[in-house]
Amino acid sequence: MKKVLPHPILSLMLLGLWLLLVNSVSPGHLLLGTLLAWLIPLYTARFWEAQMHIRKPLLLMRFFAIVLFDIVVANIAVARLLIGPMAEIRPGFIRMPLRLQGDVAISLLANIISLTPGTLSAFLSADRTALIIHGLQTDDPDAIIAEIRQRYEQPLLEALEPQ
Amino acid sequence: MSPAVPDLIIEILLSALIVIGAAFTCLGSFGLLRLRDFYSRLHTPTKATTLGVGSLLIASAIFFSWQEPGLSLHEILVAIFLFITAPVGAHLMAKAALHLRVRGQSGLPPDEILDGRDNGSPSESGTGAPEARW
Repeated sequence: MKKVLPHPILSLMLLGLWLLLVNSVSPGHLLLGTLLAWLIPLYTARFWEAQMHIRKPLLLMRFFAIVLFDIVVANIAVARLLIGPMAEIRPGFIRMPLRLQGDVAISLLANIISLTPGTLSAFLSADRTALIIHGLQTDDPDAIIAEIRQRYEQPLLEALEPQ
Repeated sequence: MSPAVPDLIIEILLSALIVIGAAFTCLGSFGLLRLRDFYSRLHTPTKATTLGVGSLLIASAIFFSWQEPGLSLHEILVAIFLFITAPVGAHLMAKAALHLRVRGQSGLPPDEILDGRDNGSPSESGTGAPEARW
């Protein structure tokens, strides 16, 4: 099973990507998409270090919905900051110790941090134990870290990391 | 064409989405001008612009699903690629700037924040070749 279909999640994503790309679900494209989704992971298997394990897919889905909502809120918040007085903006760097360990999990968290209110992931420490975040309003770094931990890191930890 | 919803309502919805999208994109560019340092300027393309392009894409998806037979969903793909690439681009630019020691409004983060060199550097010799990951 592992030899024939090394990365089932990747295959599923590739099939979805193909169908969206051709913008149709005709049988021909379904067949071609399935073929591509099967062959591409097979030939690039050496490139993918470890197989990703999603332990709680439902939690992950709900998490992405929350993130999508937060992105909209983040946009409005940042837009308001940009119109307001510049004295409101007190940028600074924050160091956030990471609890996540997997490559995919860390990059997901870094992306989400960049997409949500007033924060931008700027640097991953060499030993991958901390993420350096640039914030637009950094009066209370601990509160920012606590919020990221509780809102984004915790669900990722539960959904993706092996216990 | 579509009997369920009157054309006028769809047209109003599309116009509203396009105006919102244009407004947010414009505001993002305006932010680039107003913010004072390099690191803060990185915030606007990842945020204000994603909603701007997002609502333009929703408008596009609705328009083509309405005008042509079948659903038009490949706009989702544009959104996914945007959400993946915008933060990665910003991250790399911030990393390059930190590497070149570009000063921000609040100065640079101290070295120990960057790679934990403050705690007797066991991590640097322990993990081996940290430079490789820069």
